[in-house]
Amino acid sequence: MESSTTKMPGSAASVRNACKLCSPLGASLVFKGIHGCIPMIHGSQGCATYIRRYIISHFKEPVDIASTNFSEETTIFGGHKNFNLGLDNIIRQYRPEVIGISSACLSETIGEDVNRLIKEYRQMNWGSELLPELVYASTPGYQGTHIDGFHETVSATISTLAVKDAKVGEHINIFSGFVSPQDIRHLKEIISSFGLDYVLFPDYSDSLDNPNWEKYHLIPPGGTLVSDIKRTGAARGSIEFGYILNEGAMNTRVNKAKQVLTAGEWLEVNRNIPYHRIGMPIGIKETDKFFELLEWFSNKPTSQKLKDERGRLIDSYVDGHKYTFGKRAIIYGEEDLVIGMVLLLLEIGIEPVLIASGGTGGRLKQMIDELTEGKTKDVKIMNNMDFESMNEMADELKPDIIIGHSKGYYIARRLNIPLVRIGFPVHDRFGAQRLQHLGYQGTMQLFDRIVNALIEYKQENSPIGYKYI
Amino acid sequence: MDNFLTGREKQIVRSGDTSQKIQCAKPSLAGSVSQRACVFCGSRVVLYPISDALHVIHGPIGCAAYTWDIRGALSSGPELHRNSFSTDLHEKEVVFGGETKLYESLSELIDRYKPKAAFVYSTCLVGVIGDDMEAVCRRVSKEKQLTIIPVQSPGYSGTKKDGYKVACEALATLVGTSDREIPKISINILGDFNIAGELWLLQEYYRKMGIYINATITGDGRVDDIRNAHKAGLNVVQCSGSMMYLAKIMKEKYGQPFMKVSYFGVEDMSDALYGVAKFFKEKELMENASLLIKEEFARIMPVIRMYKEKLQGKKAAIYVGGSFKAISLIKALRLIGVQTVVVGSQTGTPEDYALIQELCDEGTIIVDDSNPIELSQFVKEKKADIFIGGVKERPIAYKLGLGFCDHNHERKEGLAGYEGMLNFAKEIYATAMSPVWQFTR
Repeated sequence: MESSTTKMPGSAASVRNACKLCSPLGASLVFKGIHGCIPMIHGSQGCATYIRRYIISHFKEPVDIASTNFSEETTIFGGHKNFNLGLDNIIRQYRPEVIGISSACLSETIGEDVNRLIKEYRQMNWGSELLPELVYASTPGYQGTHIDGFHETVSATISTLAVKDAKVGEHINIFSGFVSPQDIRHLKEIISSFGLDYVLFPDYSDSLDNPNWEKYHLIPPGGTLVSDIKRTGAARGSIEFGYILNEGAMNTRVNKAKQVLTAGEWLEVNRNIPYHRIGMPIGIKETDKFFELLEWFSNKPTSQKLKDERGRLIDSYVDGHKYTFGKRAIIYGEEDLVIGMVLLLLEIGIEPVLIASGGTGGRLKQMIDELTEGKTKDVKIMNNMDFESMNEMADELKPDIIIGHSKGYYIARRLNIPLVRIGFPVHDRFGAQRLQHLGYQGTMQLFDRIVNALIEYKQENSPIGYKYI
Repeated sequence: MDNFLTGREKQIVRSGDTSQKIQCAKPSLAGSVSQRACVFCGSRVVLYPISDALHVIHGPIGCAAYTWDIRGALSSGPELHRNSFSTDLHEKEVVFGGETKLYESLSELIDRYKPKAAFVYSTCLVGVIGDDMEAVCRRVSKEKQLTIIPVQSPGYSGTKKDGYKVACEALATLVGTSDREIPKISINILGDFNIAGELWLLQEYYRKMGIYINATITGDGRVDDIRNAHKAGLNVVQCSGSMMYLAKIMKEKYGQPFMKVSYFGVEDMSDALYGVAKFFKEKELMENASLLIKEEFARIMPVIRMYKEKLQGKKAAIYVGGSFKAISLIKALRLIGVQTVVVGSQTGTPEDYALIQELCDEGTIIVDDSNPIELSQFVKEKKADIFIGGVKERPIAYKLGLGFCDHNHERKEGLAGYEGMLNFAKEIYATAMSPVWQFTR
């Protein structure tokens, strides 16, 4: 880690208003993207409850996450009994196809061997037709951030379920990362338009954004089917979004040498599946890369409909360029989302003055400088950031706009500048599930929202009160 | 109901069935999706509104991040409490210990924010790695000449309610450390957290009656007022689940009497004011209370009657944190013509549940430490129209096509006092009468 890109002003040891969450939250999100799955956190009750509350406030959907509810006794004697009872109780209540188990600080620290617990449970219940698939992701909350928990869980699910030695199929795998339900729906539309068979994982586009129900569903419908997750092991290629992915988890380990593979990497190493890593398709250039890959996989050109979307996006860039040019922005959030946003901002002439992430990967500056071919060389780009550090730096940076999730609102309010809400969590607005970021369509939405935020700001602060621009 | 958890049968009873006594204050079963949080959460939410204190969470980032500014607990002055400070422990500290990081964090935060005192919360992780948090607190306390109170709240060490107790113990170490003289007719307000400014409304009532308000614990709370809390003539305790323990300690230590009240609903609100007036045995107080209540009734009752007419016959389900609040809710709902058919809480007491059983119509389901599966089936069975609960219950209600009223600490509408009763009625009315339900039912 370079000190100049990770050191926080004003605080060295403490974190003040974190710009990150903990890894079991990421794990729970991924498990919500498996069909028929109930997540269970092996640890204290609070973890599950807090995480539920946090996710519910964003998606406005029921989110059931079970807990093994550690007590003092469990902590001393081990969680074996609670683990088994927990699984029994979930099966009794929910009849799930999958139970997605993640660890927490507590179970990791007392050295619970969850893989062994799973093995024993399977042996005890062998032959029971109610026995679901059990997937385990190791996600101690003291390692990395929620995004690392997310990628760890994607990878753990794939390595647990992906078939071996199967005939290579026609389908491809898409690991789209932590994006909105509407983003996922749009991605599926795009890939289908190329006539490609695919498995997208995790797919919480329905389970975290359901229609209103006729009757109550214990497990909300939606999610990638287990049979689909299994056949990721026989795909002819994988596309994974993100340049940094799970580097934060590795970087906060004592033993950094131990490499953790992402889902795409794991399939390449263990199932010989060619792997393509690209950034989140945000902005024209990054989206082009995605479409080029799809054209290559499908051997078909991009459909006219999508080409028109690209054309319209360029048209709006042109229409709005004067409102964005030279504007100064603070951007924060998960590393890969931030990278995508920065690349978009550079396409429309907005100048990032602070690019911040609470992520712990440590390579944000290097990666962005590389992707922008040095254009951001003098920009403050920082890992391990918290909101108070951003707040203290903000005045000097004289930003016109802030782009990030809800929790930076207090800085925008203090500076009296607009906040364009993206990513997660959006706890103070409706429609977080339907915010779009990806593809030409998602970029168009982001562009419209940014441009309008700037125009609205100018209009509301103008003494004239004009009606057209 | 074949998918209900075995071992919870005794935590569910029906009103009118006197053969059953509800079981409560039990740890949640493994594998349940309890709506409860942890010991840390209990301590954190109780102490959080003390706005000129530094609150440092010694643990991994999640515990701090999920509790950042979660309560709408307002302050009339400093807002230090609205920040979230964490030692953000990583694997390095798990292996080698987190005392150094705590020492450095505390020292730099105290230098930077100059708080009146500091609370340092321990979490699951700190509980198991065995940091000597008290020693670090003592050391920094000496170096910075500041009161630093360790709050021993590892999440696994009990339920949320045990966290309330830990918080009360922490508060008790502050009480009695100052000796400012105050008027004889004075109270401390315990257990109001100034959600959406509710406390200010209550203070106004008491002041109008002629009562001096000493410490507010912890809504709009200040360290120096809490230090002097033992000087008040009476502790008036709301949210008894969280604060009764402190009132009992203060009674034992300083002989300070206490009174349990609720500010929710016009009946309980009026009882509280009359009760406090009666305690001080001053004729003038009683007259003032009576005048105030009369005025408020005259102001709000016509509106309430209008709502009652419209809402008559609606049925409600209640699931809240504490059972005492549930009692007030049942009465308040009755006032606007709404019948309670399901009522439960995360951390209720046997006495409150017994009272609820008496208070409710026959067949009402009463439940302790419930979960989404049970709640969804209960409201369906009892054909509830409206659900009153917190964030985690809201999507359940909405997916079932029920109206919803937020009665948790995130809410932005004051629901206490007479004004609060109006807000409550208005919200229930809005959610019950919205035309959107035509598309869902």
